[in-house]
Amino acid sequence: MSNKESIVDIPTVNKIARLSRLNIPEASKQNLTNDLNNILGFVAQLDEVNTSDVKPLASVTGHKLPLRSDKVTDGNIEDLVLKNAPESSSGFFVVPKVIE
Amino acid sequence: MSDLLKFDLLSASIALKNKEFSSLELTNAYFEAIEQTSALGAYLEIVKDRSMDMAKASDKNIKNGTARPLEGLPIGVKDMFCTKDVKTTASSKILENFCPTYESTVTQNLWDDGAVMLGKLSCDEFAMGSSNETAAKGNVVNPWLKNSKMSPGGSSGGSASAVAARSALAATGTDTGGSIRQPAAFCGITGFKPTYGRCSRWGIVAFSSSLDQAGPLTRTVSDAALMLNSMASYDKKDSTSANLEMPDLMNYLDKGIRGKKIGIPKEYTQDGISEDIVLFYEKSINWLKDSGAEIVPVSLPHTKYALPVYYIIAPAEASSNLARYDGVRYGKRNEAASLDEMYEITRGNGFGEEVKRRIMIGTYVLSSGYYDAYYLKAQKVRRLIKEDFDNVFEEVDYILTPSTPTTSFELGKKQDPLTMYLNDIFTVPASLAGLPGISLPVGLDKSGLPIGIQLIANSFDEPGLISTARVLERSAEFNFIADGAAK
Amino acid sequence: MNESINLKPGQINGEKGIWEMVIGLEIHAQISSKSKLFSGASASFGAEANSNVSLVDAAMPGMLPVINEFCVEQAVKTGLALNAKINNVSIFDRKNYFYADLPQGYQISQFTKPIVGEGEIIIDLDDGLQTTVGIERLHLEQDAGKSLHDQHPSKSYIDLNRTGVALMEIVSKPDIRSPQEAGAYVKKIRSILRYVGACDGNMEEGSLRADCNVSVRKSGEEFGTRCEIKNLNSVRFIIQAIQSEAERQVEILEEGGKINQETRLFDTSTGETRSMRSKEDAHDYRYFPDPDLLPLEFSDSWVQKIRETLPELPDSLKKRLVTDFGITPYDASILVEEKDYVDFYQKAANGKDGKLTANWMITELFGALKKENISLSNSPISPENLGQLIALISDGTISGKIAKDVFAEMMISKKSPSDIVKEKGLEQVSDDTEILKLIDKVISENEDKIKDYLGGKDKLFGFFVGQVMKLSQGKANPGIVNKLLKEKLK
Repeated sequence: MSNKESIVDIPTVNKIARLSRLNIPEASKQNLTNDLNNILGFVAQLDEVNTSDVKPLASVTGHKLPLRSDKVTDGNIEDLVLKNAPESSSGFFVVPKVIE
Repeated sequence: MSDLLKFDLLSASIALKNKEFSSLELTNAYFEAIEQTSALGAYLEIVKDRSMDMAKASDKNIKNGTARPLEGLPIGVKDMFCTKDVKTTASSKILENFCPTYESTVTQNLWDDGAVMLGKLSCDEFAMGSSNETAAKGNVVNPWLKNSKMSPGGSSGGSASAVAARSALAATGTDTGGSIRQPAAFCGITGFKPTYGRCSRWGIVAFSSSLDQAGPLTRTVSDAALMLNSMASYDKKDSTSANLEMPDLMNYLDKGIRGKKIGIPKEYTQDGISEDIVLFYEKSINWLKDSGAEIVPVSLPHTKYALPVYYIIAPAEASSNLARYDGVRYGKRNEAASLDEMYEITRGNGFGEEVKRRIMIGTYVLSSGYYDAYYLKAQKVRRLIKEDFDNVFEEVDYILTPSTPTTSFELGKKQDPLTMYLNDIFTVPASLAGLPGISLPVGLDKSGLPIGIQLIANSFDEPGLISTARVLERSAEFNFIADGAAK
Repeated sequence: MNESINLKPGQINGEKGIWEMVIGLEIHAQISSKSKLFSGASASFGAEANSNVSLVDAAMPGMLPVINEFCVEQAVKTGLALNAKINNVSIFDRKNYFYADLPQGYQISQFTKPIVGEGEIIIDLDDGLQTTVGIERLHLEQDAGKSLHDQHPSKSYIDLNRTGVALMEIVSKPDIRSPQEAGAYVKKIRSILRYVGACDGNMEEGSLRADCNVSVRKSGEEFGTRCEIKNLNSVRFIIQAIQSEAERQVEILEEGGKINQETRLFDTSTGETRSMRSKEDAHDYRYFPDPDLLPLEFSDSWVQKIRETLPELPDSLKKRLVTDFGITPYDASILVEEKDYVDFYQKAANGKDGKLTANWMITELFGALKKENISLSNSPISPENLGQLIALISDGTISGKIAKDVFAEMMISKKSPSDIVKEKGLEQVSDDTEILKLIDKVISENEDKIKDYLGGKDKLFGFFVGQVMKLSQGKANPGIVNKLLKEKLK
């Protein structure tokens, strides 16, 4: 990960910002790029660690995934679901038109 | 009035039951304290009417002899906990008007046990920060050296500041990489992060799901035990919640540590730690030794990689957890002609700089072509870090470390993100391994700022951690009160 | 194009030679659970907007998923029915993307470690042949919500009722070579799902939909670039869409163009596929294990328990029908298409002529039901009554011709065939004396024609048979009429 291709430039920042749906003002892009490079440079220390025989650890809990029984225990709370919506109409959330 | 503020959680609980004063009187004293210390900026929201109703109900229960464990005790809630009909913003502009229709499991547990809610406490935005400076409504001030405007630490900075300033008897916090322990250390109070899975995450605004864990910030170790007794529970609504009975921690306050082994990891005494902290770390080791513990040097060889691992995993999970803040179902929307533009402007304006930085890092390390090199690698090293602890806990019962490399720093001194991240160097390893850790104050540095020491235990050994912390607490005799505390 | 070449299904005869199709299907089957995959809200269809929505489905801050046990069982059951490898440890991943009907900003799915691995099924083609299609994997995932675009000129309306409903995605290997095979594959999967009870297979309500990956190549060449046609909800559309997409690709390739790997939609009004504008953005789903969920683990003995609850599956049933009832494999494959069919058939054919029962059920009953637009479960003719009708034919009580009249009456009145036969006196007349009386009457009334017949006009024999049958109101046993008439006119 410490090789050149992981170094972030402004086009990469644009791409990542787009994926993240974040509007980043032009003026702050260079600073952000520098910050990201510093952080990525810092985490690149992990290259030193030999992990060839190590399994990834996703969860520290020792237990199995609990299962719930198939019962309808929720729903019919349209008013609560819609209560905080910036825009809603006749029971629907409303967003700018989506073109498929 | 001010006399009432001298009671800590446990002694206030006893005094209420002995009818030395009422919950209403106590709660009123705290509202005066909140007013008196309002310049610290710890509270985002106070709910006086509700508090008064809760206090009155508690007084009734006390009168009827049906008092519950936390009956009538006024506490503050970090703004990461969703509270029903009380604005919950996670200190973010994007949630500035969000009013949950539900109550988090942890806070519900507290109300069910009789606690009185004072209000919501500021924190770093979405709990991302170590100085409370990323809060949308501005930073919180540490009540210590009040004229110097010191940072209360973060992310539970509001909680730590309020407890230290005596504007809350106790407070809830959340800890992802040190967000309870580091601010507790900065503010001279006790902060307890339990084992991952002890407290339900249901209803807590998620930052990094594999690390987030709720815990108390209190004046004493006994208070932490009392709070955690109520906060912890198995919750079927949280798949990662531990289905394991928590023993009554109040039974472990005075068990002592005779014959216990305390591990001193050599990797935690590196350069860059302030001299005063080193001094008090050594004192702490001796106190424990004098109390009958055996001191054992140990090694956690992958410690130095904990921060890099954390700054891959936490942002990665955060980038996904924060995708739901899109201006569609709740939160502040910025209107635009197209859906994608609406998302970009809403999120661009709604999130602060640090949150955006972490979303960007998180998106990058998960993106195609980089996943293996960053995220997968971090998960592997995370296992090595956990294995380090597993190995050490074969040999010793508890691990003693400093809580932070330095004491509190001045607010507003612009630091680059990376320097800020180094604040959590001693707290992050236990977070990655899911272990319980407690920070308690053991002394003041030369400038008069509190120093915190951390004890780490094996998974689910909260009882033993409480016993050990109590020994340290008694030896340290930390009886200082912040100069900025309510009088 | 050269029209004279005899093309196999799935082949396209272009200007520059014959092309073949390479097709892989991703079937999304809604699990027939009461509640959603990770929340307790109802998974039922057709409710008021946003009423089957919990705070989890709406992705409120701090809400967490808890998995539905029934859905896990159904995935394992289906996996077993697909002769597939069951993975005792599987992982839920987040598939991250932004969309209005995706409240979490990610779909919980399974990426690297699905609950079910490789398997295979046998499909039946119209010509009676069979072929094997490999299954790549089956995984559990959440459905998305619904966006309505026609309610407002500049806004879209979002309904989250379907958000979080449990889906199984069944991914085939690229083993399919014609639209017809694709259709047969979908039918077979649907049939298996219905047998195990994992999914109702209702394509109209969207509980079964398919994404089709289509590419073309010259025979023996490497796979070409594929396009994915999204969200097809009928077998007919699947066949049409694949055919038209393959033709489009051939046209582009023969003009020297290149196929863009992309997602396309099928326009049912034009019968053609078109590029999906909203998916133009390069995708990067950033899959990673969902930290809100732990690995899904179960033991071999648990899988064994599930295996024991599996019903007899179509392939085994088909074999059994051929052996036990002596019907053709083709008829058997039709009868096992639906569990209803085979249950009905087995009741009707019990102790009867199996072949005759199959003929009557497939030709007459299915025909009549289709005409009336009635499902088999609502058939006015019960399996017992159909069986009785077969028995009446077999023992000579009624002729095949009369049986058709009785059948028609059964469709209307729901009465038993023996009641109808009795009421209307339709029993077949096989008594020689009775029939001879009728023959004598016909002879006496047609003396001229008898002369002609005896003079060599053989063709008139049929006419006499017809007259006798007419006189008997169709009840005379035609075999006996033939026999006696021949003797009489020697």
